[in-house]
Amino acid sequence: MGSNTTETHPVLGYRMKMAKKKGASLIVADPRKIELADHADVFLQLRPGTNEALINGIINVIIEERLSDDQFIAERTEGYEEMAAAVKKYTPEYVEGITGVAAGDIRKAARLYAGAESAGIYYTMGITQHTNGTNTVMAIANLAMVTGNMGKPSSGINPLRGQNNVQGACDMGGLPVVFTGYQRVDNEAALSKFEKAWGVKLNSRPGLTVTEIMDGILNGEIKALYVMGENPALSDANIHHVMEALEKVEFLVVQDIFLTETAAKADVVLPAAAFAEKVGTFSNTERRVQMVRKAVNAPGEAKADWLILQELANKLGMEWHYEGPDHIFQEIAQLTPAYAGISYQRLEQEGGLQWPCPSADHPGTLYLHEGQFSRGKGLFTPVEYLPPAEETDQEYPLVLTTGRNLYHYHTGSMTRQSKPLNAFKPEEFAQISREDADRLGIKNGDLVKVSSRRGEVEVKADVTEVVPTGVIFMTFHYHEVPVNVLTNNQVDPIAKIPELKVCAVKLEKVG
Amino acid sequence: MVSLTINGQSVEVEPEATILQAAEKLGIFIPTFCYDPELTLVGACRMCVVEVEKARALMASCCTPVMDGMVVHTESERVIAARKENLNLLIANHPLDCLTCEKTGACRLQDYCYQYGISESDYHGDKKDYELDDTNPFFIRNMNKCILCGLCVRTCHEINGAGAVEFMNRGFDSKVTAAFDDPLENSSCVFCGMCVDACPVGALTPKHGIGKGRPWELKRVKTVCPYCGTGCGLELYVKGNTVVGAKGDVTSPASRGQTCVKGRFGFDFLQSPERLKSPLIRKNGELVESSWDEALDLIAKKFKEVKGTELAGLASARVTNEENYLFQKLLRSLGSNNVDHCARL
Ligand code: SF4
Ligand code: SF4
Ligand code: SF4
Repeated sequence: MGSNTTETHPVLGYRMKMAKKKGASLIVADPRKIELADHADVFLQLRPGTNEALINGIINVIIEERLSDDQFIAERTEGYEEMAAAVKKYTPEYVEGITGVAAGDIRKAARLYAGAESAGIYYTMGITQHTNGTNTVMAIANLAMVTGNMGKPSSGINPLRGQNNVQGACDMGGLPVVFTGYQRVDNEAALSKFEKAWGVKLNSRPGLTVTEIMDGILNGEIKALYVMGENPALSDANIHHVMEALEKVEFLVVQDIFLTETAAKADVVLPAAAFAEKVGTFSNTERRVQMVRKAVNAPGEAKADWLILQELANKLGMEWHYEGPDHIFQEIAQLTPAYAGISYQRLEQEGGLQWPCPSADHPGTLYLHEGQFSRGKGLFTPVEYLPPAEETDQEYPLVLTTGRNLYHYHTGSMTRQSKPLNAFKPEEFAQISREDADRLGIKNGDLVKVSSRRGEVEVKADVTEVVPTGVIFMTFHYHEVPVNVLTNNQVDPIAKIPELKVCAVKLEKVG
Repeated sequence: MVSLTINGQSVEVEPEATILQAAEKLGIFIPTFCYDPELTLVGACRMCVVEVEKARALMASCCTPVMDGMVVHTESERVIAARKENLNLLIANHPLDCLTCEKTGACRLQDYCYQYGISESDYHGDKKDYELDDTNPFFIRNMNKCILCGLCVRTCHEINGAGAVEFMNRGFDSKVTAAFDDPLENSSCVFCGMCVDACPVGALTPKHGIGKGRPWELKRVKTVCPYCGTGCGLELYVKGNTVVGAKGDVTSPASRGQTCVKGRFGFDFLQSPERLKSPLIRKNGELVESSWDEALDLIAKKFKEVKGTELAGLASARVTNEENYLFQKLLRSLGSNNVDHCARL
């Protein structure tokens, strides 16, 4: 659902196709006719931004047709009644009106999902990059719980992590509200534990998110910004806003392996070592902690990020004396219950461990929520469908949705520097449906202008069956065509994720 | 359990095991071309034949199940003669340009010819004369070197699912091709490179490594792919201070040797001339090179000038756990919880 797995997580995509061959059923929900759709038993081609309506519709069928796992609901969850009442009006016919998916297909999907012995849900940014993304995630949880598809093998809810170490960055406290292992900064016990371990006084007020940091710079609240290995100038919604912030901030430090669009704005740029030039660990989307090893030396004077951080900390009078990544990891394990049982020695011997791994003799955890949810009982949350923040109108009649292609990665800072990858996919093409193309007299390869209320870009057209009429798709890999000058930085009120997946645009042929 | 004897040594294995697996358990090596434990068995190449007492014909050990009391010989005269004949036929129409072939040193055809003392063929068959397919930037297909083991075809269908390559024709003319015998570029190929890693000979050659080192000169380093969150294990091939190749790490619990085009072919950004090599400080509007000391002193001075809450930092979904840990420790120690990263994007 909302995951073009064969392009964004190719190896997981192979596994899905393999499972399908071995007899598993596949339901694909996506606005685009992606490769997996060809393999699907049911393909739900929904309008962009209508995920929760679709999920509510599926739950509605499951309840109406008594396909739910009542024992699981009774024993392991609470709040069922409220949720059931909320989905009542989402009949397949009503949902068809919102999503454009035929009522019959919604029923078919519901029966397949609920009828399976175990069923997993996989999603990515197609779900979260919406103003109502958090609600959609809750709707997904409702769906999994209603059918008891939690806490057993090959089931559950599996958000696929886009970047190699997003999971690790979150686990390590790269978030405004938590220390490592999701221990909250405003929790007194956690705060004093970290104060003691680090020997400093800490702030108990949760900090700002990326989007709030950018706003904070513009309203003068934030004066200095330190960016390590990120390129918000290209990846953030509404680039103009971010660029303005990067220009305005009084002091900007960027630490990276290339002079990215963000680094070009910096006051100080620090050269970092890349993955093959240092030792450490990454945590993948399955929560598996794995060793990263050094193959070559970093070029010139570039240094591993941990070394740079240590030298800077010492200049700031902190007296850090880490002998190496192993030493740092030991400190992480001491302070983080979920990582407590993991050590470099075990990773060398066992080749990777999935957290929670609370003790040295614990084998790691294949799947979460077995027998009990982290919060005790699973809570159903009633979810209502809300239309996307920006709707199409006469001036901007088309919907733009964004994502990735197989050959590039994120803002392209690495893949665009790879000769074979860049030679194969050197430029951006906007996917445009045949109907829209015909209407506007656009042919394959024509230069077109895509504009939104925030900006415009010129790009070549790829006229294709992949996108439905009324929808345009572009990637954010190419700095020549910075699609995020178009996108909407309206955020989800809870997760603060901008609505990158839906914005209203117009299309014109150039020349 | 079933017990049998191989080359005079007895071994116990599960009843569904094959002779090849039983031999592996004893550490007895049996040559194979078309066998891969992750793929369906075809028993086509006949390289793995062994002699089973009381059986008339030689048996393909990769697909013959064990039986209790079986007595097996893996290097008997009959077996050796059959393997030699097999190799003899294979090299009859194989271009023997091993001097410049990229596969030299890691080629199973070469290894087995060496093992059984075959330097040239007794047959003088027609050589194949197919055009090279080198239109894509990732690897070259030279079907003149193909021994038709089918590993690439099965890998592409069974592991990847792309189904980009197939057998075409029969007999001498049989060949592995993409749809319509067109270059791979026009097929459903997604350039995962897994067929390249599977090929036992030099028919599929990655372009980036050409002329950059022989297999025995290369150091192998196991690590994790720097791209998506699947976290596939990679084995990097290193010569001197350069990564010259990569391949899926079959021991990785996350990926069991599988890769996609980015992990398999996308590591050369490491050597890009655009890499940052020295700290830079903005002076009069221009970024100019500086020493580490000067750069870090400046940052420390500026960070001390602002209040903790006026400082913000973006950690990274690309760097290691250890580094993200230190990053938030640094920021929080300075009094700022304004730490986030692009997980939301
Ligand atoms: S590179 Fe991958 S997709 Fe292409 S032919 Fe080989 S196995 Fe198939
Ligand atoms: S190309 Fe290689 S893997 Fe494929 S059939 Fe020929 S020899 Fe086997
Ligand atoms: S090899 Fe491909 S699928 Fe595997 S981690 Fe790298 S980018 Fe992801």
